[in-house]
Amino acid sequence: MTDVLVRAEALTKIHGTGLTAVDGISFELRRGEAFGFLGPNGAGKSTTMRMIACVSRPSGGSLSLLGLDPVADGPRIRARLGVVPQEDTLDDELTVAENLYIYGRYFGLRRPEIRERSARLLEFAQLTEKLDDRVSALSGGMKRRLTIARSLINEPEILLLDEPTTGLDPQARHVLWDRLFRLKQDGVTLVLTTHYMDEAEQLCDRIAVMDQGRFVAEGSPRELIEAHSTREVLELRFAPGEQEAAADKLGGIAERLEVLPDRVLLYADDGERALAAAHGRAVSPITSLVRRATLEDVFLTLTGRSLVE
Amino acid sequence: MFAYWMLHYRRIWRGTFVISVLNPLLFLSGLGVGLGALVDRMDYVAFLAPGLLAAAMMQTAAVEAMRPVYRAVRGSYLAAAATPLGPGAIQRAHLSFQAFRIVTSGAAFVLVMVLFRVTGPARAAPLLAASLLTGLAFATPITAWAVGLDRPQALEALFRFGIMPMYMFSGTFFETDSLPDVPRWIVEALPLWHGVELCRSLSLGTAAAGPAAIHVTYLCVLAGAGLVAGAHRYRRRLHA
Repeated sequence: MTDVLVRAEALTKIHGTGLTAVDGISFELRRGEAFGFLGPNGAGKSTTMRMIACVSRPSGGSLSLLGLDPVADGPRIRARLGVVPQEDTLDDELTVAENLYIYGRYFGLRRPEIRERSARLLEFAQLTEKLDDRVSALSGGMKRRLTIARSLINEPEILLLDEPTTGLDPQARHVLWDRLFRLKQDGVTLVLTTHYMDEAEQLCDRIAVMDQGRFVAEGSPRELIEAHSTREVLELRFAPGEQEAAADKLGGIAERLEVLPDRVLLYADDGERALAAAHGRAVSPITSLVRRATLEDVFLTLTGRSLVE
Repeated sequence: MFAYWMLHYRRIWRGTFVISVLNPLLFLSGLGVGLGALVDRMDYVAFLAPGLLAAAMMQTAAVEAMRPVYRAVRGSYLAAAATPLGPGAIQRAHLSFQAFRIVTSGAAFVLVMVLFRVTGPARAAPLLAASLLTGLAFATPITAWAVGLDRPQALEALFRFGIMPMYMFSGTFFETDSLPDVPRWIVEALPLWHGVELCRSLSLGTAAAGPAAIHVTYLCVLAGAGLVAGAHRYRRRLHA
């Protein structure tokens, strides 16, 4: 019956400094889905995650997790959550096995149980041979995978990931995405924040686009792109100083035109046709690219700003 | 979470042993032999040892309550706060470990005092209790302070301008009775002076009920205040 695991209504967080970090957002997270909060730094994503993780008390609105009240039942809820924080909170001076053991103890698990689960989780995280290595000897990508393995020690019903791949190199990101995708296939409910649109597109069934503490749009990646962008985008780059003049000549070619610091974007259902039209107006960009619209374009359309600035 | 601190400690205990036990003992032998040559040696060692014990307890408490807490707020506390453990459990676990460190350092110190006949074996237990109380009176307030700290430079400042002067001027090495009124009042308002006086009177067997009760009350109030302030600050920091 309780397929809804998280229900938030007009959820608000006002920090002690008076800053409204989260401004009346409402959403439902269902069992087995992967839900993403997408937005730039300071949009309120991490604060929302902290409230869901029951380590930050909401200032207003209502929040219910697993049918429980996070203020009254924080420990009971946290016992059923897995948390992957933005900054690694592993202990560098302890070994991989010790980190898992200590974390398991926090959940009241016994040593044999922890040992058995650790073996399984390290295999999943591709860290089996690192069992007795100190964490300080691991790479950034390995540490992230260990943090994810650690967060699964209590077999959580919901896994919260706050910017899971920020700071990782592309290869490490892909390994991590693969692991998260497997978890999703196994039916683990994933809630993640990111400011990488490709990450959101790869992993999320549903996305809430956040800006300044509010939701500006919500839906599946495909729905969002269909609703808020054209099918294709033409990207034109110009020599320094020529961009403004060129943009003036491009009026009317596409449904919408966006001038960014480094390029001009033309939103059109047929990018090639728009490019031909641009050439027809004697515009000569250094490079041109026709691509499919992404969530980055959705965000730009909705807020007028880029995700990563 | 106490297990976490113990696991950690297994890796570093040798270093902390040097700081909290060996250093004061070297101090004691050096000063005892050196200065003792000028005054009556055995009397001065018997006077100095409990003073150094109290000061060592302060130092152990400060060492355990400053950097480890500051670092934990950015690491292990955050990890633990995401689990069923609440801020109160996290605070209690760390305090238990601090108490363990104070008691073990104090016990080693008192044992040496007994072996060298600086104090009597019957006085060891109350002396150890007094040294624990002295340590806790520093551990809880410093921990409460360090939990909310945003810049690590303040830790250095506390050590340099708080802990070290107190170590030198709280009657650890000399009788405060010999001081002029105003400096004496200042010294006697310091927590370490109460710790030193309590330990010294117990070690020498000169403890009187009245002054001892004042010292114990002072140290208990300080430890209790640190506990209450800590509970508030742990909650604010970890469950903001």
